[in-house]
Amino acid sequence: MAVPVAFFALFFAYPVTAIVGRGLNVDGVWQLGRIGEVLGRPELLRVLWFTTWQALASTALTLLIALPGAYVFARFDFPGKRLLRAVVTVPFVLPTVVVGTAFLALLGRGGLLDDLWGVRLDTTVWAILLAHVFFNYAVVVRTVGGLWSQLDPRQEEAARVLGAGRFAAWRSVTLPALGPVVAAATLMIFLFTFTSFGVVQILGGPTFATLEVEIYRQTAHLLDLSTAAVLTLVQLAAVGTVLAVHAWTVRRRESALRLVDPALTARRPRGAGQWALLCAVLATVALLLLAPLAVLVERSFDTPQGYGFAYYRELGTVDPTGGAFLVPPVEAVWNSLQYALVATAIAVAVGGLAAAALTRRAGRFVRGFDALLMLPLGVSAVTVGFGFLITLDEPPLDLRASWILVPLAQALVGVPFVVRTMLPVLRAVDQRLREAAAVLGASPLRAWREVDLPLVRRALLIAAGFAFAVSLGEFGATVFIARPDRPTLPVAVARLLGRPGELNYGQAMALSTILMAVCAVALLLLERIRTGVRSDNTTEEF
Amino acid sequence: MNSQLRRAVSTAFVGALGIAALAACGEQSKDSSDGGSGKSRTVTLVSHDSFAASPAVLKEFTEQTGYKVKVLKSGDAGAALNKEILTKGSPQGDVFFGVDNTLLSRALQNDLFIPYEAKGLDQVADEVQLDKDKHRVTPVDTGDICVNYDKKYFADKKLAPPQTFDDLAEPAYKNLLVVENAATSSPGLGFLLGTVAEYGDEGWQDYWKKLDANGVKVVDGWEQAYNEEFSGSAGGKKAKADRPLVVSYASSPPVEVLYSDPQPAEAPTGVATGTCFRQIEFAGLLDGAKNEAGGKALLDFLITKKFQEDMPLNMFVNPVVKDAKLPELFTEHGAVVDKPETVAPETITKNREQWVQSWSSLVLK
Repeated sequence: MAVPVAFFALFFAYPVTAIVGRGLNVDGVWQLGRIGEVLGRPELLRVLWFTTWQALASTALTLLIALPGAYVFARFDFPGKRLLRAVVTVPFVLPTVVVGTAFLALLGRGGLLDDLWGVRLDTTVWAILLAHVFFNYAVVVRTVGGLWSQLDPRQEEAARVLGAGRFAAWRSVTLPALGPVVAAATLMIFLFTFTSFGVVQILGGPTFATLEVEIYRQTAHLLDLSTAAVLTLVQLAAVGTVLAVHAWTVRRRESALRLVDPALTARRPRGAGQWALLCAVLATVALLLLAPLAVLVERSFDTPQGYGFAYYRELGTVDPTGGAFLVPPVEAVWNSLQYALVATAIAVAVGGLAAAALTRRAGRFVRGFDALLMLPLGVSAVTVGFGFLITLDEPPLDLRASWILVPLAQALVGVPFVVRTMLPVLRAVDQRLREAAAVLGASPLRAWREVDLPLVRRALLIAAGFAFAVSLGEFGATVFIARPDRPTLPVAVARLLGRPGELNYGQAMALSTILMAVCAVALLLLERIRTGVRSDNTTEEF
Repeated sequence: MNSQLRRAVSTAFVGALGIAALAACGEQSKDSSDGGSGKSRTVTLVSHDSFAASPAVLKEFTEQTGYKVKVLKSGDAGAALNKEILTKGSPQGDVFFGVDNTLLSRALQNDLFIPYEAKGLDQVADEVQLDKDKHRVTPVDTGDICVNYDKKYFADKKLAPPQTFDDLAEPAYKNLLVVENAATSSPGLGFLLGTVAEYGDEGWQDYWKKLDANGVKVVDGWEQAYNEEFSGSAGGKKAKADRPLVVSYASSPPVEVLYSDPQPAEAPTGVATGTCFRQIEFAGLLDGAKNEAGGKALLDFLITKKFQEDMPLNMFVNPVVKDAKLPELFTEHGAVVDKPETVAPETITKNREQWVQSWSSLVLK
């Protein structure tokens, strides 16, 4: 418990409190009146309103489109399923700069919809909503689908034998079992879309802004720290409320489930209805997720001399005039991998210890901490970044120029994933096993190694994989702690896109494609681990 | 709970020490390889993301002075400066490069810099020395924010490309221009300031009403405007962009040539030279710099001919030193801007927020 509390306090609570305090405390006087004043400004209320409704709409649309997908991935067997499941997760970890580009190619001028029906969505709010679906599809497929595949279909069949109709059986057996995990997925998507930054900035243009975008603008451009502080508090309050509601509803609905090996529940689709469902889902995936990714890949090969590897070759050379980097851009791959590995180690250590502590102890303090660990997802990167700058600036903690700051910032975003993945598994471990080990003379460490570790090994690997992928794609915080000699992949992509010229654009596309490939390979390895080891009786939120 | 809290705090401290030690080790092993004993042989330059210099030129600085340059890129120009203001007194580096005339007053009001008169300042053009009396900042480069046009589009349509602000509001150029949000993008702000300078405090809003009626499109950042909307750029061609006019820089056409393979004989884009706003970028010695001597040497170096002639192909800006030569690529494909618009830094600071706000309510709906 102590380590995660310390980590959280030092690298999250302290910097965020400091920067908010700096905004609201001018020359030693608290300017609490600013809160009312800022909240009274109509344009900021409009931002709050837009933030809320677009998040609700995005979440609803994502569930609507992705739940059938979750069902198909859980219950049906079809060739290429594992690969496809890895690929639909790629958008989730791609930097938004790249996703915005990909998405415009689909929805914008000359995009697929424009070519087919002359429909352009790039200037409407639909582009934002659909991009959010694109990003968060995998959350539903992985969380809900993960549990769905482990629900014993015989329970529903039993209900039907007892006379329930198809829908009634589903409603009374499957729906309650899925309830908590759907709630968890809804929560995650709501958090992501409520704090959406890149998508809204690129696709929404200057007319749509979320709180997160407004905080960035007030901090980074206008240096209006007090307005930014108030908006940060508003966002924290909103996110806190959502977390509290979630914790309350899940506790009321949490129940023990009988779970089976996912390999036993999936089968080939039968009958026209099931085939049609499978085809509809695959078509949606192809149109909404694969098409934009394919566009990026296509552009990375599309050189003036025809299709070729010219842009990829260019990535290995140093621009003789200096250019955007002092090193060949391809080195960003190694930088990213190294940072992501360190960040994963930190996230797994901190998140794992937090999850362990949350399993062993109960009480309001501990439960509150559970929610607190989710907060980094709800606080803007600019707030954390500026907080780092003004708090970690004195020896022994002058970390501002240190490489360790990058993985620390990335780990902050990875920890919530680790906790969400590990917690349900750890809670499922029978306490009596640990007690038995202790009675037989094992030390607590030995008991953990012999009892907990074998049972949670798989979840641990999955958690590590997610933390790794998140670190790989993290942009907002990383860009703040820039070291020009060691750019990460997303930072390098952004920097190339920031200069004119064919070669720079082509290299940005090629690097994005490499980022996608690295993500996909990492996730495929994850799938192997997930299915390679025999399934235990556990739920996975991810 | 109490003991738990105490334990947490003490662990926090120990953990922090551990990480700090780890970080310090990493730094130390690098510093000691410089052979420095006592005095630091590294000078840290904090800048925005667009900073770039040839490795050879930075090496030459090390050979001349014995100082190694460490560059910290700190976000876009506005964010980088704001970070310095936040960390005033305990800066991340020794020299800050990249405060321009639109932000200069904000930097000076916050007393970020220690005055220092760089050697060789007499070689720097007079009109860019905006802090001539106090020397808190040293001018390093200039650049012009101008409307760029897609040459092919106008050739195909047999239409003359626009040259002036007035032209942009003509019906012939309806629905052709894309600009950046003045609230979030520095070329966007530069273009707005250009119109303020041209039409004055009275007239600029009317001009923007005309632009708006003429179908100007506003996007948030330069990347979107240039790579997604502008039909003359490489990205825009792939994205089937349909706006042949964009707010960019006078140096963008040479860059289009430089980063093409093979390089075309003629740049695909041109510059409307009557639509330009001049940016001047400055560097200064940060108050609280750990290596003041190194910082001063670096400031001197920034206005040597060596560095000045290296800048154009790295940062795509113009030198400020009188006899610095522009590369052929620039003289051949770049535009000569005779009469760029300017606004005094104090006027900008005083009115910026109000201008941007009126602009937003006029154009963003």
